[in-house]
Amino acid sequence: MTALLAATPAHLTVKIAYLSILPMLALLGGALVILVWSSLLRRPLETVWITSLTVLAATAALVLSLMQYFDVIHHGAHVAIDGAIVSDGFSAFVAVLVSAAVVVAALVGDGWLQQETIRGPEFHVLVLVSASGAMVMGAANDLIVVFLGLEILSIALYVLAAFNARRRQSGEAALKYFVLGGFSSAVFLYGIALVYGSTGTTNLPQIASYLAQNYVLHNGMLLAGLALLLVGFGFKAAAVPFHLWTPDVYQGSPSPVTGFMAAVAKVGAFAALLRVFVSSFGLLRADWQPAVWVIAVASLLLGASVALVQRDIKRMLAYSSINHAGFILLGLQAGSTKGVEGSLYYLFAYSFLALGSFAVISVVGGPGDGRHGLDRYRGLARRQPWLAGALALFLVAQAGIPPTTGFWAKLEVLQAAAGAHSYALAVIAMLSAVIAGFFYLRVVVLMYSPAGATGDGAATGTIVDTVEPARAVGDEGEPVGVAPGGEAGSGAVALLEADTGESAEPLVIPGTTGIALALCAGATVVLGIYPAWLTDFAHQATLLFHP
Amino acid sequence: MTGHLLAAGDPLFDHGLNFLVILIVIIKVLVVFGALMTAVMLMIWFERKVISDMQARIGPNRAGPYGLLQSLADGIKLFFKEDLIPDRADRFVFKLAPYLSILPAFLAFAIVPVGHPVTIGGHHFDLQLADPPVGILFLLAMSSISVYGVMLAGWSSGSKYPLLGAVRASAQMISYEAALGLSVVTVVLASGTLSTARLVADQSHIFLASWNMVRLGVVPFAIFFIAVTAETNRPPFDMVEADTELVGGFVTEYSSIRFALFFMAEFMNTITMSAVVVTLFLGGPDGPTPHIYLLQEIVPVLWFVGKTLAFLFVAVWLRGALPRLRYDQLMDLGWKVLIPVSLGWLLLVASVMAWHWWALAVLAGLVLVGVGLGRGFRVGALRQDDAAAAPQPEVTR
Amino acid sequence: MVPGALFHFSWLKIPANRIDFLTFVFSAAIVLVGAVNVVRQRNPVLAALSLVMTLFGVAVLFVEQQANFLAAVQIIVYAGAIVVLFLFVIMFLGVDREESISEEPLRGQRFWAYLLMALTFVGLLLAGLGSRFGSGVPSVAGTLNDNPAHPRSATPDVVVLGKSVFTTYLFAFEITSALLVIAVVGAVVLARRPGAGPLAEEDDDEVEVEVETAEPEEVST
Repeated sequence: MTALLAATPAHLTVKIAYLSILPMLALLGGALVILVWSSLLRRPLETVWITSLTVLAATAALVLSLMQYFDVIHHGAHVAIDGAIVSDGFSAFVAVLVSAAVVVAALVGDGWLQQETIRGPEFHVLVLVSASGAMVMGAANDLIVVFLGLEILSIALYVLAAFNARRRQSGEAALKYFVLGGFSSAVFLYGIALVYGSTGTTNLPQIASYLAQNYVLHNGMLLAGLALLLVGFGFKAAAVPFHLWTPDVYQGSPSPVTGFMAAVAKVGAFAALLRVFVSSFGLLRADWQPAVWVIAVASLLLGASVALVQRDIKRMLAYSSINHAGFILLGLQAGSTKGVEGSLYYLFAYSFLALGSFAVISVVGGPGDGRHGLDRYRGLARRQPWLAGALALFLVAQAGIPPTTGFWAKLEVLQAAAGAHSYALAVIAMLSAVIAGFFYLRVVVLMYSPAGATGDGAATGTIVDTVEPARAVGDEGEPVGVAPGGEAGSGAVALLEADTGESAEPLVIPGTTGIALALCAGATVVLGIYPAWLTDFAHQATLLFHP
Repeated sequence: MTGHLLAAGDPLFDHGLNFLVILIVIIKVLVVFGALMTAVMLMIWFERKVISDMQARIGPNRAGPYGLLQSLADGIKLFFKEDLIPDRADRFVFKLAPYLSILPAFLAFAIVPVGHPVTIGGHHFDLQLADPPVGILFLLAMSSISVYGVMLAGWSSGSKYPLLGAVRASAQMISYEAALGLSVVTVVLASGTLSTARLVADQSHIFLASWNMVRLGVVPFAIFFIAVTAETNRPPFDMVEADTELVGGFVTEYSSIRFALFFMAEFMNTITMSAVVVTLFLGGPDGPTPHIYLLQEIVPVLWFVGKTLAFLFVAVWLRGALPRLRYDQLMDLGWKVLIPVSLGWLLLVASVMAWHWWALAVLAGLVLVGVGLGRGFRVGALRQDDAAAAPQPEVTR
Repeated sequence: MVPGALFHFSWLKIPANRIDFLTFVFSAAIVLVGAVNVVRQRNPVLAALSLVMTLFGVAVLFVEQQANFLAAVQIIVYAGAIVVLFLFVIMFLGVDREESISEEPLRGQRFWAYLLMALTFVGLLLAGLGSRFGSGVPSVAGTLNDNPAHPRSATPDVVVLGKSVFTTYLFAFEITSALLVIAVVGAVVLARRPGAGPLAEEDDDEVEVEVETAEPEEVST
């Protein structure tokens, strides 16, 4: 309660530094304008208009966050609104990343909505508000604000996961996500309560200064609170042992939503996690680093190895996102400025890779967004060279192959880990990157292998059989498509034939999705070839209150 | 942790507890209880008499002078009737519900000041059972949990009409709770206190002019009165027990003394809520008072009783004069009219209090929002019509 | 954490004021009995009622801490609105009869769940009880009241709360509106029935279209 007392100065009005919240206000304002506008027209608003407005709002947020960034560069970082929000390079970085992600997600979503003939403004409104939640998490300077940002982000995502009411899996995914997410939010809140009980404040810098000034004899309650906070964040970031929802939810949600979820939810969760742990509990580093180490190792290994045996590309990418979470945790485990920088860089790179990959998946999934078996990607390069090229690029980048952002991202976090003398962790991470590289490249090879050459008319095969070729490949260590005449290959090809033979029907790439893909691919390649800009950006994005 | 519980509230506890203080409290409780019970009895008689006058009937005239003891006779009759519990009822909840219904009705009256503070034997005390610092919130709390009685009664009866009545009741009560609360907020904003005693004191500067009904404009008062009528399930908002549609609503399966308890709770709620309207908007016991010994204590009480009686008459009058609303009309009124209007009025009052010129800006904004809201409701209705006119989409493959 | 810290027993000392203590014991008992009953009760309606009981107990505890406003809001919001809505849904969905939860999809999972929960709970409890700061206090204690000696002349808790809502927690307070907006939009999206359009072509044959049941209002009109 001392915080309450301290919080009652003589003056009653708070100075509001609007620049520090303008990016989120742009997103929220865009959402409200879309809602109000569409509710005042008799005919539902055309999706084109809604998408344009969304992109406009997100672009405005992007510009504003860049302005915020330059303001921080020139005038220094500061807290705003009575210490609830912080305006520093870190928050500006997160805001830039999130608003850029919204632009892409809105474009991909537009293509998907038109493909599914879903009308109405709700999709874009949910995306905008959810993204503003992630932005709040990036700028939050108070545990309560972190929690609110987390909830804004999550509640919108629960609904987005269920957005395709015609798919049963979508509802199942949403329910799983909602129940587990609600539980993890409760755990997180309990963590806040325990931290508040032992430090008397929820304000992040005040927690840090309390811990710096007071000698803690037996800080059991504080550590318990810290552990619960880690659980809450770990859930949102999909780190292993809190990852159980990830495959089902990634698979069940509509593909554009999955991409958005993979990008923005991770950004929000990791931004807040980094800020809370590094800036507030930096002094307790020795206590939380081992826990983060364990979580990181588990995420790295489990994500990479389980992804190997997946037959559904969305599930595969879900496990790959768990693997990526492990990589991002490397930066946190380092607990240094360099580590934060590396994690931010990784988040930036991964966001666009995830958005791009799932954009391709939503196109390949076809009307109804229901076909995501790996065999559907066989020979994609012949049918859709551009689409296959884009997916190949994203997968190669996720594997961490040099001229892409993915490579620099992995390099940054590994450097941070090495800088913090976590050599074992770095080695494990590289090992998992090798394992992960295999399943990424397998899909690439599959796409560039000839389709349907050796079909033997075994139309009875069901999709379940795909597991076998995948496993066989895993055992033999030999990509499927290289030897299509082999047993493993023929099984998969037969499956393709069995799959209603729709390979003949051409895939349509909606124009907006094309633009989104171009943006993601451009970001991946250009920033991969000229990494200096992003490295500098991430380097400036250090925390305000970081020692 | 010293004396936290006793610290706040009544000046009676200023010098700690002793037996006299406890005695005073017990006497106050007994007086309130007795008075309320008697008032309920009389209220039932009053309602029947007034209604019968309005319908050019004679009404009860057998038991006692002018039929005054009719309610007592009815009570005795009900008490000796067979107590039935339906076969499919949830017995525990079925028995619990009447008490849950009547308890909040009693408790809510505890915060109503019936007169100005008096001093007896060196003890200075309020003429109200309790004056907690959050008095008016206590009232809202009680009115919000009074829904349990109705709801559980309907559910535990294990039969469909009571269940429908209960569902209607809970939806109705929750819906009107919001408008009720918002109009109370306007009062609290103007008076700057939550304690009912201080609310009354705040209204007693100038007779009539400083009553909240007048100085806040009539809107919050009107909304509060409508919402309260809906909260107590009085006509024209008595969908809960609409006998033409639901047999008897949530009380269908009840008989004997349990039925009597529900009946009593309803009338007691009416009395309590009338008293609360008087307290919040009509200055409670405020009125011209001669400064003569004893009279200056008694006259305010008479003012209070008189004002309350006027509202009780209005409640009966409404029942005699108005037809019952349809359920969707009821919900529309609550959500689309009362809540927006009370919110807007709250903003207006706040802006006037903050800075007079703000009021103009807020007024302009409210007009804009109002037009938008109206358009939104209209569009909603139009779209519904469109959807109804359009052929149903084929949902099978 | 040192077990020795457990044996200070400071948490067992009887407060000076007997009334306060008795109130605490009584309402704490109500809270616990209610909470246990929520979990144990097989009938959802009775479970919800037990929840109300717990909420009332917590409200009394709030009053005891002089957080009168919180106590009132606790009852108005939680007991008066949220649990009522729970009951509403329970009655509407017709899940108001005893649930059979004896079937287990995963054998023995309940035992492990109990064990894990018990361990977590005990661990948290021990961690909380065992924590001590350099100054010797187990946690950061404070009082809402700026004048503990004369509570009647202290700033009312509503004032303190109001001030902090419009200063320290201004942003949190305002951003909550975004949460509410998104909750409303989300509820509308989820309640809407699916319209026409391409159906999901799943990789298997379990394509089902779920048509939402009629809206609540329609039933009761």
